[in-house]
Amino acid sequence: MSSCRVLLSELKPWTLGKSKWTRGLLEGISWSGKTFLSTSSCPKVCVVGGGPAGFYTAQHLIKGRQDVEVDIYERLPVPFGLVRFGVAPDHPEVKNVINTFTQTAKHSRCSFFGNVNVGKDVTVDELQQAYHAVVLSYGAEGNRRMGVPGEDLPGVYSAKDFVGWYNGLPSCRELSPDLSCETAVILGQGNVALDVARILLSPLDILKKTDITQPALEALAESRVRKVLIVGRRGPMQVACTIKELREMGNLPGTRPEMVAADFEGVPEALKDLPRPRKRLTELLLKTALEAPGEKELERRGKATKVWGFRFYRSPTEILADPDHNRTAGIRLAVNRLEGSGERAQAVLTGEVEDVPCGLVISSIGYQSLPIDSTVPFDSRSAVVPNSVGRVHQAPGLYCSGWLKTGPTGVIATTLNNSFDTARSLLEDIDSGKLDVSVAKAGSQIVSSLLEERGVKAVTFSDWEKIDSLERRRGEACGKPREKLLTVEEMLKVART
Amino acid sequence: MAAAAAARSSMGLTLRLSRVIPDCRSCPLYRFKGCLHSAAGSQRTGSLDSLRTISRHLQTSICLYQAEEGSSNAEDPDDVVNVVYIDRSGKRIPVKAKVGDNVLYLAHKHGVDLEGACEASLACSTCHVYVSASHFDKLPEPEEREDDMLDMAPMLQENSRLGCQIVLTPDLDGIELTMPKVTRNFYVDGHVPKPH
Repeated sequence: MSSCRVLLSELKPWTLGKSKWTRGLLEGISWSGKTFLSTSSCPKVCVVGGGPAGFYTAQHLIKGRQDVEVDIYERLPVPFGLVRFGVAPDHPEVKNVINTFTQTAKHSRCSFFGNVNVGKDVTVDELQQAYHAVVLSYGAEGNRRMGVPGEDLPGVYSAKDFVGWYNGLPSCRELSPDLSCETAVILGQGNVALDVARILLSPLDILKKTDITQPALEALAESRVRKVLIVGRRGPMQVACTIKELREMGNLPGTRPEMVAADFEGVPEALKDLPRPRKRLTELLLKTALEAPGEKELERRGKATKVWGFRFYRSPTEILADPDHNRTAGIRLAVNRLEGSGERAQAVLTGEVEDVPCGLVISSIGYQSLPIDSTVPFDSRSAVVPNSVGRVHQAPGLYCSGWLKTGPTGVIATTLNNSFDTARSLLEDIDSGKLDVSVAKAGSQIVSSLLEERGVKAVTFSDWEKIDSLERRRGEACGKPREKLLTVEEMLKVART
Repeated sequence: MAAAAAARSSMGLTLRLSRVIPDCRSCPLYRFKGCLHSAAGSQRTGSLDSLRTISRHLQTSICLYQAEEGSSNAEDPDDVVNVVYIDRSGKRIPVKAKVGDNVLYLAHKHGVDLEGACEASLACSTCHVYVSASHFDKLPEPEEREDDMLDMAPMLQENSRLGCQIVLTPDLDGIELTMPKVTRNFYVDGHVPKPH
């Protein structure tokens, strides 16, 4: 469709002197009477962020109208966001969604531009000038801080950084977590916390066949971590993880669960009133924590060399330092009780505290979106872009999808629905005229020339395919699905070959 | 998704499944007992065990490729299973399918908007469908892994199943599969947040 733009601009000067009829003909009325070189342009949409939200939004837009063109801009040279950098290495099936995204990227009406930092290389304002609509889908790259003393001691990491480290996120390459201690404490009881626990305790034989990075594999081979506590403020009926991940922990070879029976008081009685997903999850938790194991399970647990367990009703108040060496020696936890029940139960301090010796603290209490451009409305309290069904408040032509829209919770299926919602809002707005697409927009042509002026060279999807192909070849050589490139420099080098 | 499905079928890399239970009769592995399914004996009775084995070996079984060619000449009336998909807008899409067809891939083949993000590996819930009451009990019980994924699906109902786990048998003729209308954010327990 970009060819129609070029043709039109070339024809314009030539038609000026001609009669109205020929001008009409040249300006695009074909013999069949249907406009093909139309002066009304194809709607051009720009998506900021090349992760699941970006790709699902693009997919739905392209499917929704035969004339929409979508350009996806991504800061890193490589696409796919948290599917590549967040999903655990031992969950390869979850990454199958990359095949769907690849098809979207290769669609004739979709283009991918990697290595473009929106907010720095090009502003959202400039994108809004170049496109009919801009969809912000850049997710949540920040992290909720615990806000306790000692949080910045060596030995304390955010789960986001720890996951980024074992998944090869370039900015986390230098993390070098200290795994020489026996006990690790993870704050938070969501799926990310369980992923971290699982990676810390998985037998190396399993990990070495995944796409975990080589440096992480080597560090884990030397790890002395034998006990992982997964700590939450509230009780067993408020855990944020889902049943699949809990089942995996229970079945993790070489490990056994160890929990505090008193934490489960009142839980069996409350089961019958729970909705199905929460009920099944709680039943499994009770079984794992309390039930006397059968013969086979008893044997399995007897042979285990590593221990894991949930600890409930505890909030961090301080990370304790080793007096002689500047590093983590323990964590002080306040004891809570619950007020209310169900999802809305609140943790209330009792005044008691408990110190747990540990050398590794990983805080998994949530990711957080950051504002990338001062012109974009941003609610700093909830850390989302204020919107209604994806339409950004007080910003016509601006939309958002994914975690930036709803907050950083949910799995890929959640993001799918969320992005389709935003795409649907956008398409409705085109149909209703609320989004004016009658004036042609230059789209990527203008953005490319801006980027060129600024010395930024985008990575195309076929450039990414060179990186992809190299990673997979390297992986094959060592029995892994891929061996990831770990720096932006290496990625760009391969992209430019 | 039809365009995506069509594009996907041209990619040699990704798996194509129009049938989960292949027609083993013409496969050399079955005849020479080199195939694990021949050991199981039955091919189309849809016994729970063979279904489970098949879904586990989905990614590696040679029968997969054989399935593409096998029985395509059969317009055998006994083989036909009539299916109706009801999409999110309420539109009814009748499809003439065959015994052994997988509901997810059948949907893709006919341009029905049923997403299958994890490609039938029980790692997501995007192919969630409601099964017509008259056919729901005819389906084999879901395995634990399917139930685990169903727990994550918004608007879970008594007659919810994952499309990628439904394989057509003759007694499913007339089955109707409805796509859930939900598109809002959701929580593990089905709680729908109030807009704020």
